[in-house]
Amino acid sequence: MKTYEKVIEKMILLCAVAATLSVALITVFIFQSGLPVMADYGVFDFIAGTTWKPTNGQYGIFPLIAGTLSVTLGALAIGIPTGIACAVFLAEILPPKPARLFKSAIELLAGIPSVVYGFFGLVVLVPAIRNYILPVFQIFDPDITTTGFSILAGAVILAIMILPTIVSMSENAIAAVPAEYKEASLALGANKRETITKVLIPAAKSGIISSVILGMGRAIGETMAVLLITGNMAVIPGSVLDSVATLTGTIAMEMSYASPTHQQALFAVGIVLFVIIMLLNLTAQLTVKRLGGEGK
Amino acid sequence: MSGVNTDRLKRKKSAANGVFYGVIGLLAALTLACLIIIIGFILVRGLGNINWEFLSQEPRRMGREGGIFSVIVGTIWVTLVSIVIATPIGIASAIYFTEYSKEGRLVKIIRFFTEVLAGIPSIIFGLFGFAFFVVFLGMGWSVISGGLTLSMMILPTLTRATEESLKTVPMSYREGSLSLGATKWQTIVKVVLPCCRPGILTGLILGIGRAIGETAAIMLTVGGSLRLPSSLFDSTRTMAVHLYMLASEGLSEEKTYATAALLIIIVLIINTAANLIGKKLGTL
Repeated sequence: MKTYEKVIEKMILLCAVAATLSVALITVFIFQSGLPVMADYGVFDFIAGTTWKPTNGQYGIFPLIAGTLSVTLGALAIGIPTGIACAVFLAEILPPKPARLFKSAIELLAGIPSVVYGFFGLVVLVPAIRNYILPVFQIFDPDITTTGFSILAGAVILAIMILPTIVSMSENAIAAVPAEYKEASLALGANKRETITKVLIPAAKSGIISSVILGMGRAIGETMAVLLITGNMAVIPGSVLDSVATLTGTIAMEMSYASPTHQQALFAVGIVLFVIIMLLNLTAQLTVKRLGGEGK
Repeated sequence: MSGVNTDRLKRKKSAANGVFYGVIGLLAALTLACLIIIIGFILVRGLGNINWEFLSQEPRRMGREGGIFSVIVGTIWVTLVSIVIATPIGIASAIYFTEYSKEGRLVKIIRFFTEVLAGIPSIIFGLFGFAFFVVFLGMGWSVISGGLTLSMMILPTLTRATEESLKTVPMSYREGSLSLGATKWQTIVKVVLPCCRPGILTGLILGIGRAIGETAAIMLTVGGSLRLPSSLFDSTRTMAVHLYMLASEGLSEEKTYATAALLIIIVLIINTAANLIGKKLGTL
């Protein structure tokens, strides 16, 4: 009986290690497949090169990095204020019952598959940008044109997709601020708005910041939605109405027809993506630790 | 004099309040509107195109005509494989964290990497699945390659959900069982786990939801064959991949909307189920 229990304990430990093992395997295989091409081409030329023409053997991924960055920053510009507003609305303004409803609505937003977001963007947002947003831009710059497949389209859809992450984590952080802080602020004569902006949000800072970092990670890693609506042109964009290609979209689109070297180059793009995401996730975890654990 | 000042201050404050609450309300309403518009738009355009033929017929001419029967079967296969592999491992991991581990360095490391696994983007899983399962292990584009890749992706979800519910089981249950002479493993299987059924089920449902909606990783590991899979080593296509193919190639508007609507309906069912079970869990 004793040995039986011991065996079971070992097996369970083995299962618990599975996730760690998976991360190790993923790291090894991505790096092993992508590093040779990166080393051959030169790490600097690979990352800072401005021409991505895999069929010509030119693997400069700077346009892809610029594409990912511009779409992500756009998504954050829209998503951060909206997300924090929703979190405050949930934690401090709505009564419990409607708050629960609003929360399940946000959860539903998280459950919609990314390819559905992409499809919605393709049939609604892209034509809307072409037909309604472009004329507005043309008032200021008559030469500007767009197909609708653009940074703007990607940013709007990604903003909606990262909202659930930002809202739920920020709301938890705000709700976790000790009630005494709020009571003390109100007792000193501050009104509710002042309490929210000057006491609650600063106190929930670490949780809010890490929610934004995780949302950013999600935006950078998102594939299908951006693939369908950003146009996939590996050029450095000049305006928000320009088409861009992202790191993720390029991998997804080109893997199916890539030659062996091109495939390795796509794995190398994967390495860059992997490293960026790892750094962001680490930062998010450290932020919560460093600034105090109230965001948990 | 000071009376005038406080008056002005009050007016200024109330104006600021108005702007503050107005902006917050507006942004929250906008978020809700996004959800309603996206779901509503796709359902309105798609529901009318979902009928028995669509669900029961094989796709013809690359999906321009016919239904999506083989795609539905493919989705079920891939999801099933991932769930069958990930569920026992996920539950066991959670048991390890709550029942066996002492908060030491090893546990911290394992926990950290479980978090890391949850944060890896799906396209990276796709690249890995392609390099490892499809090429290195020679499984080819197949149900099994995709199922294994997906099982790694949903493992953290299952572990977390099970762990949360294991934590809610009162210590006294375990003590009672142990004091009656049950071994640790007997206690876990006969006393602790049965109490966690709703929590585990929630995790399972969320895992299924993620598996059904996943696209990028599936594209690189399962391929895109439209034939009915006859074994685990056949390539197939899931609904999400089918939606992408139809949308990106503009094959048939009608079928695209129908596929998207079907995905939305599944998501709605999954969310409702998870919520209902969650509520039950809350009353335990």
